[in-house]
Amino acid sequence: MSVFRHLRPYYGPYRLTLVLGIVSMALLTAVGLLRPFLVQQLIDRVITQGRYDLLPLLAAAVIGVALVRGVFNFGRQYFGELFGQNAVLELRNALYVKLQYLGFAYYDKAQTGNLMSRLTGDVEAFRMFLSFGIIYLCDFAFMIGFGLAAMLAISPELTLVTFAVSPYLAYVSYRFDRLVRPTFSRIRKALSDLTTTIQESISGVRTVKSFAREAHEIDKFEQRNLDYRDRNLDASRLWARYFPLLEMGGNLATALLLWYGGRLVAAGEISLGSLVAFFSLVGYMVWPIRELGWILNLYSQSVAAGERLVEVLHAPETVTNRQGAVPLGRARGHVRFEGVSFAYDGQNPVLQDIHLDAPPGSTIALVGTTGAGKSTLVSLIPRFYDVTAGRVLVDGYDVRDLELESLRRNIGFVLQETFLFSASVRENIAYGRPDASMDEIVAAARRAQAHDFIMELPRGYDTVVGERGLGLSGGQKQRIAIARALLMDPPILILDDATASVDMETEQKIQRALAEVMKGRTTFVIAHRISMLQQADEILVLDRGRIVERGRHEELLRRGGFYRRVYDIQFRDAAAAPVVSANGRYGRAPGKVLPLKPGREGSS
Amino acid sequence: MSRLWVERGVYRPRPARGLAGLPVPEIPEVSRGRFNIRDEDPVEAPFNWRQFRRLLGYLRPYRLHVAGAVVLMLVTAATRLAVPYLLKLAIDQVLDPSGPGALLPPAERLRLINLYGAAFLGINAVGLLAARGRILLSARVGQQALHDMRRQLFTHIQRLGFDFYDRRPVGKILVRLTNDVNALQDLLQNGLVNTISDLFMLLGIVGMMFYLHPGLAAATLVVLPALVILSTRLRRRIRRAWQAVRAKLANINAHLNESIQGIRVTQAFVQERNNIRFFRGMNHDNWRSWMAAAKASALFGPAVELTGAVGTAMVFWYGAHLLRTGALLVGDIVAFNTYVGQFWEPISRLGQFYTQLLVAMASSERIFEFLDARPDVADAPGARNMPPIQGRVRFEHVHFAYEPGRPVLHDIDFEVEPGQTIALVGHTGSGKTTITALLSRFYDPTEGRILIDGIDIRTVRLQSLRSQMAVVLQDTFLFQGTVADNIRYGRLDATDEEVEAAARAACAHDFIMAMENGYQTEVRERGSRLSIGQRQLISFARAFLADPRILILDEATSSIDTQTELLIQEALRRLLKGRTAFVVAHRLSTIRSADRILVLDHGRIVESGTHDELYARRGVYYRLLQAQYRHLAAPGGD
Repeated sequence: MSVFRHLRPYYGPYRLTLVLGIVSMALLTAVGLLRPFLVQQLIDRVITQGRYDLLPLLAAAVIGVALVRGVFNFGRQYFGELFGQNAVLELRNALYVKLQYLGFAYYDKAQTGNLMSRLTGDVEAFRMFLSFGIIYLCDFAFMIGFGLAAMLAISPELTLVTFAVSPYLAYVSYRFDRLVRPTFSRIRKALSDLTTTIQESISGVRTVKSFAREAHEIDKFEQRNLDYRDRNLDASRLWARYFPLLEMGGNLATALLLWYGGRLVAAGEISLGSLVAFFSLVGYMVWPIRELGWILNLYSQSVAAGERLVEVLHAPETVTNRQGAVPLGRARGHVRFEGVSFAYDGQNPVLQDIHLDAPPGSTIALVGTTGAGKSTLVSLIPRFYDVTAGRVLVDGYDVRDLELESLRRNIGFVLQETFLFSASVRENIAYGRPDASMDEIVAAARRAQAHDFIMELPRGYDTVVGERGLGLSGGQKQRIAIARALLMDPPILILDDATASVDMETEQKIQRALAEVMKGRTTFVIAHRISMLQQADEILVLDRGRIVERGRHEELLRRGGFYRRVYDIQFRDAAAAPVVSANGRYGRAPGKVLPLKPGREGSS
Repeated sequence: MSRLWVERGVYRPRPARGLAGLPVPEIPEVSRGRFNIRDEDPVEAPFNWRQFRRLLGYLRPYRLHVAGAVVLMLVTAATRLAVPYLLKLAIDQVLDPSGPGALLPPAERLRLINLYGAAFLGINAVGLLAARGRILLSARVGQQALHDMRRQLFTHIQRLGFDFYDRRPVGKILVRLTNDVNALQDLLQNGLVNTISDLFMLLGIVGMMFYLHPGLAAATLVVLPALVILSTRLRRRIRRAWQAVRAKLANINAHLNESIQGIRVTQAFVQERNNIRFFRGMNHDNWRSWMAAAKASALFGPAVELTGAVGTAMVFWYGAHLLRTGALLVGDIVAFNTYVGQFWEPISRLGQFYTQLLVAMASSERIFEFLDARPDVADAPGARNMPPIQGRVRFEHVHFAYEPGRPVLHDIDFEVEPGQTIALVGHTGSGKTTITALLSRFYDPTEGRILIDGIDIRTVRLQSLRSQMAVVLQDTFLFQGTVADNIRYGRLDATDEEVEAAARAACAHDFIMAMENGYQTEVRERGSRLSIGQRQLISFARAFLADPRILILDEATSSIDTQTELLIQEALRRLLKGRTAFVVAHRLSTIRSADRILVLDHGRIVESGTHDELYARRGVYYRLLQAQYRHLAAPGGD
């Protein structure tokens, strides 16, 4: 029940709606049980006693009962649904709000598919119980209570006889319920396996076809396909076994009634009308008993689903505003790391004792192998994570003392993996500043070298891109992401491998673009190519979370360490190229072009 | 807006007062279009008989099962028709105190009561046994047909070419194979059999009623037109309302998915609040459409019950009058009353069947669209197997266009000796990748032909051709499974030793051994911690294992960390040795070591030769290198 307590803030305010639904249901059931009595009156009073004057009244009563029932029937469906929908609307809002604020640490571990199944399947399971489950559960009680009362009013003896089968029914539905749950979970599992297999072979179709492995994929698929079919057949076998057993319960009750009630009628102990009324009552009552398994199943599923929802809603937000956090206006852009260490899991350090000082307007470049900690380091500045030890300062403030939103507004981040939303190019660029004017958007796009290709898109800036829109190449996406960051006009700019997935031609363009926008901003650049790094005010070489070399390009070359090796490897390539720029600063066209002899190895 | 929550990440509902003081969710401010949400209008196409017949074709192999299910279903229906009649007999012959039964001796009456009780149980037992058989049979038919369809669909799309996949996102293809096929389950498994039995049941009920008393039957059935109108008109409104709900829900789900995937961007750009405002609007829209549908649905039950009640009132009134004249017995009235009660169920199901049919037709249309897509590249009739390839490749005046009128390659003509490495160089979009795609016959040339060892590749079986070639793509796709499984994709029957040897040759062994479970480490399409460079080494290992005669390699453009870069260069050198190779090259080291460089520009070969020759010519190649590699030059002559 604690699930319902935790989720109470979302459905609690609407409990009045639920009460109306339950009251409607009670009245619906009560009025419905009048119908057998009308039949009884018809047979016993009108027909047997010849009171034909009662007929118009009786016929009117039949229609009247249907009318009244209609109103309550509508009421219980409508209010039930309203209650469920209201609660789910609030629940969805709450989940969405929570998801917007959960930190990077949460998403590092969470899988999109898993979260989605909570937001869709689990929310739906919970709604089902709120919309129908509760009311049906109440109806079960009403039906048994009112029905029993009605039966007892007609004949206590027959009531006892009829209820003789209820232990049997209860047992059979309990058994069925026990078996059906694992069967359905096996079906779901088989379906998810099947889906994964299909998804994989479609995503990897180029690899499949390149190796001519279609037959292999079909085999893999067919196994899952057969498994899914068989699990479904298991379920129908189970149903085929239990359906007759369940139905037979109702039939047994009716047969008992016929057999025993017939004697009573023959002996003149009860009237024929009473017996016929009893038949109808049994017919009405068998149904909720048979459905009880289903309703209980709804309940247990909603509890399980609710638990998973509570898990999301109660997930700790690791990065939050401190009491009395200071709002940061427009920053000057002075970034300092003082003895910073960081571990994702709190144990295995990814960064150790990092010191750095980036005065406003400077450029810091980070190099190192995959996993050296470069991305982690820069993600500490906007507080995507909080340091484990030491502190990160922006304009002299510990970032943890700053209001989070105001800190992040001062930082433009081009993430390693470009993500564009299903929105127009314009809206994507304006993502961080939805109020930006068209001129500002175009200016940002121009500076990111994106304007030209955007104008060639079918609808220019209004072309919809992203998951449900037009496909763009990696380089194009990356340039839109850069424009998005530039539009923020941030004092601090972070480029996490911003040119990772573009070819050299585009990389050149982007580099030229970046050189200009980096002016007057504190910039952190992560890159592999020397050309991106060499103009930095300070280059940091990271290895396993520590800074192992630092200095300007020339200093590091002289030192002959890791940076020198990287340089040599890349330069060996370059030496074969026919040109050398005299002193190619970012964005400046080479002053003089000197051809090198082909095949010459490294000029150092 | 900000008053809605007290802290970050915590949302507190503030219901407003609605009609009669009932709490209702607060209506959010109107949010501007922020993401592209398309509301798809529910369209109902006219019923397509040909498509329906084609769909029924999937049941054809199981027609005996279907026939069996129908027979069993009819048995069940017959028993359900028999029960009210049995009750009537029991009442009229034994139970009615004013009937003939009252005159029987008590012992005879008890015997008859026992007899009717037993008959009742017996008839129901037969009906339930038949129902059990029917459930098993229809499940088998339905599941088998769905299975067949899924297999056919999957096998078919495996044969389709890249142009099919180029135009469709993975998600769309996936949904057709899963959701659309599953949407046919209701129809194929139960829909048809139920419909036949429902029609039978309806006829049976009407027949029984007319048999009992034609006049009363006619009087009762005056409500029939009302029922039919209800079940079509109201149902159509309900169906449309639910279609709207589904569309809104699909939008919500799409947005949720996207907002999770883009969460890092959202937080980096501090857009949480704007997104929340957008989502609240969307969520409220969904709520509104849902309540509209619920309202329409909730009207259905009462409307039907009311119509039924009119029928019942008729039985009461007119039936009682008939009874007085002696034209009817008490049992008849009870039976009539039961039949009227039973009448509704099949009518309601037939209404549902129509909805089911429309859903199924929409799904099957999408499925058939895929099945009707023809592969552009298929084995020619009488194609033979490609003999073992030596590696002599010739392009004879090859032209190619992806779409008519927009040629991508013009008059490509060259010949390659076995064992040579050819580097393809040129700007993005100059046609490098297209040439390699034609060679593996992912597309066929519009004009000209491609020969391997003198054989036109269109005359051989695709499988035999591609299995002697290997393609290393820019971005390596990893299948779910272990590292070893992924390497083994190059040759399925390779032993563990062979897998390891291939990994060693591809310089991948060391980093694989550094992973927690070595070759048995589970990797996944995404979320694996393998870098782009490491993934490429794994695809090299695959290629080593496949040991192809012709290798096609699309070098990764991504910048790769320098240590891995060195490994890649070494592995590449080994991989290219002794095979004919086409490399879409980005690395200068690769280009320089090629036997021949083809320089492409706007779909034409503009230069061809070795690095030294081309360099000396100072033409396109020279300028290309100049443009692309000047940034690598050393500053200040250090």
